[in-house]
Amino acid sequence: MLSSTGILRFTTVAAIVCWLGLTLVDLIIGFELRNANVEIGVPILLSNLLLTGYIVSLYTHYSRRLAGADNLNFIELLWRVFVTGLIATIVSVFIQFFLSFFSGTRLAEHGLLLSLLYHINIGLILAFIISTFLVWKKLVLYQKTKALLRTWQVFEYAFLASLLFQFIPHSPFDLPFSLIFAFLLAMGLVVTPNLKWVAFLNFKQKWKSILLILLIILYLAYFLLYIARSRDNELLISDLSNHVSVLAIFSFIILYAISSLLVTLFNLPTTSVFEQKLEEVVSFQRLSQSNQTGRNQDEIYDLLLESAVSASFANGAWFEPNHQTDPTNLITKNISKQKVDQLRKAIADSTQRKSKRSAITTKISGENQTLVENIKHPEFKSVLIYPLTVQHEKIGSMVLLKEVSDGFNNDVINIVNTFGNQAAVSIENYRLLQSAIENERYREELNIAKRVHESLLPSTLESNDSFDITAYSKPADEVGGDYFDTHRISKHKFALIIGDVSGKGTSAAFNMSQMKGVFHSLAQIDLDPGEFVIKANDALGRCLERTSFITLSYFILDTEAGVIKFSRAGHCPALYYHKDQSKVEFLKSKGLGLGIIRNKEYCNYVEVNQLSYKSGDVLVLYTDGVIEAKDHKNREFGYDRLKQIVQNNSQSSVDSIQEAIIKGLREFTQEDEIEDDFTTMILKFR
Amino acid sequence: MHISSVLEDGNYVIAVDGDVDASSSIRLDEAIAQAIQEGQQHILIDCENLNYISSAGLGVFMSYIEELKTKNIRMVLFGLSERVANVFKVLGLDQLLNIKETKDQAKQRAHEQ
Repeated sequence: MLSSTGILRFTTVAAIVCWLGLTLVDLIIGFELRNANVEIGVPILLSNLLLTGYIVSLYTHYSRRLAGADNLNFIELLWRVFVTGLIATIVSVFIQFFLSFFSGTRLAEHGLLLSLLYHINIGLILAFIISTFLVWKKLVLYQKTKALLRTWQVFEYAFLASLLFQFIPHSPFDLPFSLIFAFLLAMGLVVTPNLKWVAFLNFKQKWKSILLILLIILYLAYFLLYIARSRDNELLISDLSNHVSVLAIFSFIILYAISSLLVTLFNLPTTSVFEQKLEEVVSFQRLSQSNQTGRNQDEIYDLLLESAVSASFANGAWFEPNHQTDPTNLITKNISKQKVDQLRKAIADSTQRKSKRSAITTKISGENQTLVENIKHPEFKSVLIYPLTVQHEKIGSMVLLKEVSDGFNNDVINIVNTFGNQAAVSIENYRLLQSAIENERYREELNIAKRVHESLLPSTLESNDSFDITAYSKPADEVGGDYFDTHRISKHKFALIIGDVSGKGTSAAFNMSQMKGVFHSLAQIDLDPGEFVIKANDALGRCLERTSFITLSYFILDTEAGVIKFSRAGHCPALYYHKDQSKVEFLKSKGLGLGIIRNKEYCNYVEVNQLSYKSGDVLVLYTDGVIEAKDHKNREFGYDRLKQIVQNNSQSSVDSIQEAIIKGLREFTQEDEIEDDFTTMILKFR
Repeated sequence: MHISSVLEDGNYVIAVDGDVDASSSIRLDEAIAQAIQEGQQHILIDCENLNYISSAGLGVFMSYIEELKTKNIRMVLFGLSERVANVFKVLGLDQLLNIKETKDQAKQRAHEQ
């Protein structure tokens, strides 16, 4: 396949070659005719062939060129035709001038020269009418329908087919010639009424196109005349007046030019109405697309005002928000902010007068229907107030002003209503989009926090054959800061931690990750629980927010010695079951949450306790989510219920005790899901 | 939650009514900050109708401990229900805050040297 530019070049060369060939052949044949004694034997068929070749090359060339000019507007297309015509005419007129200058001399009578000049002329004429024909094609097919496209294709193929007729001997306007001509003309007449493009010209463009078409018609008339005058000279050989395709094309382009001229002329007075409607459509489109382009509310108000002002020919306008926050931020059109105050008063006056008559109290922001009034103001005489309602909530009013009284008729009110409704939809969409984005962001944040929280909790718990251990942590919808973990310091020594970070969501998850870091770094250096709490307070106190704190209990379990040492930093006291006494007690001790005192004084509030465990003893660690779980009467689960459950299940395995606690909580709250997060970690000694 | 602040015999009394959770704790924070900004020396927190206090609410009280100490302002809480008092106690805040049972005791404490 040839590229587009390749075809253009090829057809240019082909057209030039054909034209040169045609000129040469015709000159030779003409020479033969003039000099009876010369016989070269060039057939007339060759001349016809070259002429057809020239026409087809030009046709292909201009088709290609116009196909690449899709973005040209109508005036630019007409301008092209005009320029082509202008060049052709100038050359042609120059030739005429040249001939008339030498008229009477032998030069002007010279057959060869006359023939050459004639061929230059017809070459230009053909180029002009073919390019014009193809431009007209573009105009006819503007906003084409399927039916129109088919009709045009029949016309075009018929025209191309008619080129073959030239190879059959005929004389001008004999029967077959006339029939073909009539058919092509009829087809031309059928497609001529397609002048939709005229309607899309604005006033100025219409005047321009009238001028251009007028000149194009002039050229065409001149060329037609030229062809008619040349037909009598048989020595010129290629007679265009005996060429049915050329004549048909000529007729069609003149017909279409005249129709365009008349239609454009008659369309001139209604242009402004069409322009107005077009502008309304464009404004409407802009309004309805405004939320896709990410405009904010103020920009939508601005667009609404602009559209309404241009659609209603208002002289000024402003948007009166229902909840005015910043008076300097008033959106106005063609009106100063000082005038707005005057006008507010004038409108209030006029509605007051009216309300005396009709008992309707109105002011700019009080009315819920479109209101049209005449007002007393030096500059503006009538006002239209349109209330903008979004989701049944009135968010403001658009005030349009005119310098004449009774300036707003029903048509205008309808248009303003339509714009207002569309703006309301846009604003509603904007709000919905904003809240959707916010919700999405919040949910995304929660998801991240949840994943972080889950990843921070241990998947396995350290133990040896001296004790059983289990843990359960139920995350809340809103991520909390529950944390538990174990660390094996040596064969017989374990560190246990349970804690709770104040706050929820990402900040809780963040603080929790710091607590985990502190636990794993301090636990392995085998600190005494008191030391651990002091160091943890020091480390965490530096990074917690002002109102955040952490509670925790830290246990060191020595299975060789059978001893538990622990420190409680503001965390709920652990429950301990003494098997030998069959008694459950809270391991109460002094302590203070981490981050409450962020200096050395914290040491004064740290206490270390110690107890020896015996086989069958149970240690229950938990977070305040257990204690603060509420039933439907808003009562708390509390310490006593937990203590009772542990007491009742003290003989069971750690997993059974855990299940009993969870079951007890569910039964108490009477809900499948407990709102807050809660955690338990249970140990039983062997 | 509802908060009201009144000046009573030279004591600035902030009455807290209802639940202090994560969102309402901000208003409690503002009320205390206001009292300090006004230069009040004796602040009483009336907790008689305080039903529940979350860790966020405890965080508010905690965050003022240092400031009150350096500015020599006496803040006393009174009328705490057993449950609410226990929340303060578990966290250890009872060691750092002045907590009294009745308003009279609180007033007396606020003016002790």
